[in-house]
Amino acid sequence: MNKSGKLAYNASVVIVAIAAAMGIGAIVFAMVGADIVKAYTVILTEPLKDMIGITEIIVRAVPLSLIALGIAIAFRSGILNIGAEGQMLMGILASSATAIAFASLPKPILVPLSILAGAAGGAIWGGIAGVLKAKLGVNEILSTVMLNYIAAQFYTFLLRGPMMDPEELVTGSGTPQTVRMPRNAWLDRLLPGTRLHAGVYIAIGLAIVVFFLLWRTTAGFRMRAAGAEAKAARYSGVKVQRYLIIAMLLSGAFAGMAGAVEVLGVHRRAIEGISGGYGFTGIVVALFGGLHPAGIIPASMFFGLLLLGADMTQRLASVPANMVLVLQGAIILAIVSARQFMNNPYVQDKVARAFSRWFGKPEPPAPPGSIQACPDPSDTPDPCLADDPDALAAAKDTASKDTATEDTTPEEASR
Amino acid sequence: MGHEPIRSLELRGITKRFPGILACDHIDLSVGEHSVRALVGENGAGKTTLMNILMGLYHPDEGHILINGSEVHFRSPNDAFDHGIGMVHQHFMLVQNMTVAENVALGMQSAHKLFRLDLASVKKRILEISERHELPVNPDAMVWQLSVGEQQRVELVKTLCLGARFLILDEPTSALTPQETDELILLLQKMSRELSIVFISHKLNEVKALSDTVSILRRGRIVFEGRTENHSSSDLAALMTGHEVELPRVDSTGIDRSGDRGLLSIRELNVLGDRGNIALDGVSLDLAPGEIVGLAGVSGNGQRSGSIQIDGVEIAGSSAARIIGVGMGYIPEDRNTEGIVPSFSVRENLVLKDVGEKQWSTAGFLKLKAIAANATGLRERFDIRCPSTDTAAGSLSGGNIQKVILARELARGPKALVAVYPTRGLDMGAIEFIHKQLLERRKEGVAILLISEELEEIMNLSDRVAVIYKGKILKVVPGKDATKRSLGLLMAGVVDE
Repeated sequence: MNKSGKLAYNASVVIVAIAAAMGIGAIVFAMVGADIVKAYTVILTEPLKDMIGITEIIVRAVPLSLIALGIAIAFRSGILNIGAEGQMLMGILASSATAIAFASLPKPILVPLSILAGAAGGAIWGGIAGVLKAKLGVNEILSTVMLNYIAAQFYTFLLRGPMMDPEELVTGSGTPQTVRMPRNAWLDRLLPGTRLHAGVYIAIGLAIVVFFLLWRTTAGFRMRAAGAEAKAARYSGVKVQRYLIIAMLLSGAFAGMAGAVEVLGVHRRAIEGISGGYGFTGIVVALFGGLHPAGIIPASMFFGLLLLGADMTQRLASVPANMVLVLQGAIILAIVSARQFMNNPYVQDKVARAFSRWFGKPEPPAPPGSIQACPDPSDTPDPCLADDPDALAAAKDTASKDTATEDTTPEEASR
Repeated sequence: MGHEPIRSLELRGITKRFPGILACDHIDLSVGEHSVRALVGENGAGKTTLMNILMGLYHPDEGHILINGSEVHFRSPNDAFDHGIGMVHQHFMLVQNMTVAENVALGMQSAHKLFRLDLASVKKRILEISERHELPVNPDAMVWQLSVGEQQRVELVKTLCLGARFLILDEPTSALTPQETDELILLLQKMSRELSIVFISHKLNEVKALSDTVSILRRGRIVFEGRTENHSSSDLAALMTGHEVELPRVDSTGIDRSGDRGLLSIRELNVLGDRGNIALDGVSLDLAPGEIVGLAGVSGNGQRSGSIQIDGVEIAGSSAARIIGVGMGYIPEDRNTEGIVPSFSVRENLVLKDVGEKQWSTAGFLKLKAIAANATGLRERFDIRCPSTDTAAGSLSGGNIQKVILARELARGPKALVAVYPTRGLDMGAIEFIHKQLLERRKEGVAILLISEELEEIMNLSDRVAVIYKGKILKVVPGKDATKRSLGLLMAGVVDE
C-alpha cells in the first residue's frame, strides 16, 4: 500500500472502530430501555451547544491532560504508573494545606507555591513506587495501586479530621471538606459566568514542555532508552534506575499538579470525590493519545466531552451516567483492536487483496526491488527490501502468532 | 500416528508472499528415503519459511506438497506430525520447568487418558527411542538443569517419540559448542540410516560433513542443487552469497610487541559464574596496542574480583558510564537487547553512548541535525542497509544491526575493544565485512579482545590465542601456530606439546 492508501486505510479503521464502539453502546442503551439515538445525540452534541458546555469540557480536559502527560512520561520510561489517582489526591492535600497555611502571602507567590506544593505531594507519592521499583524490584503496578488505597484513606482521614473545616463542627453538619481556599490562592477564571480557569495555560504549556523533555533533551533520550530496552541502556552507560525514579517523580508531580489545579481553579476547597476517577481516565487518555502530547491534548478534550455528555444524558435522556462508563470501555476495546489492524501488515495485506478481488482492480505487482528475501520468523527481516520498516517490525512480532490462520482466504479463492 | 513410511517427499512450485516480499518463489524440492538434504542460504533467503510451509505453520500461496506421489494439505503442524514429519526448531520449544517426560507428553495424544496423564508409557517410549538411536536422555530430569546439548537431544527424542520419520532440523548447531556439534553430526549420520533428514544451516563445514545432497536458496529461489561431495565449501559459499567470499586473515609476521606495555591489561581476575562456579580463576592477560587476542573456551558472566586497566586507568568495578568514558568499546553478546534499543531509530542508536557529549547536545538539548548527519555518514561508511536512518533499528536484519553497533563502537575511537561473538548467526557477507573492520582497527592501534566460539574466526583474526580451561588460561599460543586441532585439545584441557 502506498502512503495515501495507508492513510485512507487507517482512517477507515478508526471509523469502523468508533462505529463498533457505538454499536456496543447502543446495545447497552437498549438494554436499559433508553432511546438510543437520543442518548447519542445528547452525549455528542449537547455539551457543544453553548459556551458553558464547551468551557466545561475544557475544565474536565485540564486535569485529564495533565495526568495523561505524566502517565506518558512514565510509560515511555518503561514504568506503568497506575497510581495517578492517589498521586492526585496527595497533590490536592499538599496544595490546599499550603494555600491555607500561607493564606496571607500575595497572590503571585501563593498560587505558584501551592501548585508546586501539589506537584511535590504527587511526586513524593509517585517517587515511593519509583524507589521501590528501582531499589527492590517491587512491581510498580502493584505498588501504585496499593498506594492509591492508602492515599484515598489518608485523604478521607484528613478531611474528616485534622483538615476539616471548623465551621462544619460548629454547625454540626459534618460535611467532610476543608475550609474555602484563600482568595489569594485562586486560579483566575477566564470567562465570566463559566468555570474555565487559568489551569488551561498550565496544561498547554506543560504539554509543550513534555514534548521537548522527551524528544529534545538528553534526559528524555535516556529515559526513553531505559524504557524501551533497559539492558541496552545500561550497557550504554545510562543509569537506568536513576531515570526510572526521575520518571516516577515527574509522573507523580504531573498528577499532583492536576489535583492542585482542580482544587485551586474549580472547587476551591478540598472535598470528597474531587478526583472523580480522573486518575484512571487519565491512563486511557494517555494511551488514546498515543503517549504523545500532540495526541493527548485532543484525547483529553474528547474524554472531557464524554464525561460531560454522560452527566447530561442522565438529565436529558434518563440514561444513568454510569452507562457512559460502559461506552468508554467499549471505545477502549475498539481502539485496542483497531491498533491490531493498523499495525499488522498481514491483516493489511489480506484486506488489500480481498478489496482488489471484490472490486476487480488487479493488485499492482510488487516493484522488482521488493521481490526479495523472506521474513523468517526466526530471523529479523531486512527492511531494505520493503518500503515500510514499521510494518516489518510488526511483522516480526506477529509472524509467529499469525501463521495458523492467515492466508486461508487467498488459497480458497484460488480454487 | 503410525502409517506408511515416507518414501519420497516433494515440494512443487511452492510460492509464499509476505507483504511486499516474495519469500519463496516457485520452489521445487524433493527428498528421498534415508537421505540427508542440506538446505543452505543466507539469513532471510527463505529456508525457514519453506520448512514452516512443510510443517503446516504457513499455507503456501501456490504450489503443492506431495508425499509418496500423492498430494497432501497441511492445515496445522498436527497434520504434518500425522504424516510423520517432525521439526526441531532453531530455538528449543521446551518448557523449562517441566521434566523431559512431561515435555514429550505435551505432544503425545496417546498419553492423554480421560482423567490422567499416562507418564509411565511416555517414559517407556522415551527409553525405547533413546536406546534405538543412541540418544541418552533421562526422562525424569528437569529441562532447565540440562545443558544446551542435552536439550537438543531432548528435542530430537521428543520429535521421534511423536512418530517422526522425516526430520527437519533448523540450524541445529547454532547454540552448541564445537564438541557438541561434532557429536550431533555423528549422531545424525547414524540416524540417517533410518530416517530422512532436511538440515538447514549456513555453516558449510557441517553441510559438507553431514549431507548427501545440497540445495542452495538465495532470495527465495533455489539457485543450486547437487551432490555435496562434488563441491567444495568455497564453491558453496560463493553460490550462497552470489560472489566469491574470502575471509580476511591477520598478518602478524615480523611484529615484535615485546617492548609494548599493555594497553588493556587484566590482572588476577577472578569471576564467579552465575551458578556459583568459578568462571575465571586468577586470569592475567595483556593486550598491546594494535593487537587482537582471541579468547577460546570462555562463557557466562558474573561476580568478579581483580584488576582491569585500560591505558593505566583502573576500571574493574567502575560504572558502565566510566568504563565507556575511558575508551572501552564493547560489542555485546546479545545484539538485540544489549547492543541496541530496538524501537529507537538507527540514528538514535548510533549516539546511544555519547548523547551527553558536546557533539550531540548543548545544555541537555539534543542537536538533532548533528545526530542525523552523523547517522548519514556512518551509514555510508559502514554500509548499513536501511530505508532511512529514521528506521527502527530493531527492524533491521541481524547483520545490519551488528553493523550499527560496530559503527557506534568504532566511530567513538576506542582504545580497546571487546568483541563477544561478533559474527554469531550472521551470513558470510556480513562476517567478511566485520572481520575487515576489526583488522582495520587493529592497524590503527586498537587493542581488541575477541571472544568467539568459532575457532576459525579466532584463528583468522588473532595475533595470539588464549585458551581458557576451567577458569584458567591454559596457554597462550601465537595465532599463526594455532590449528583447530591444537586449540581443540587445549580447550579440552590437554597440554602436551
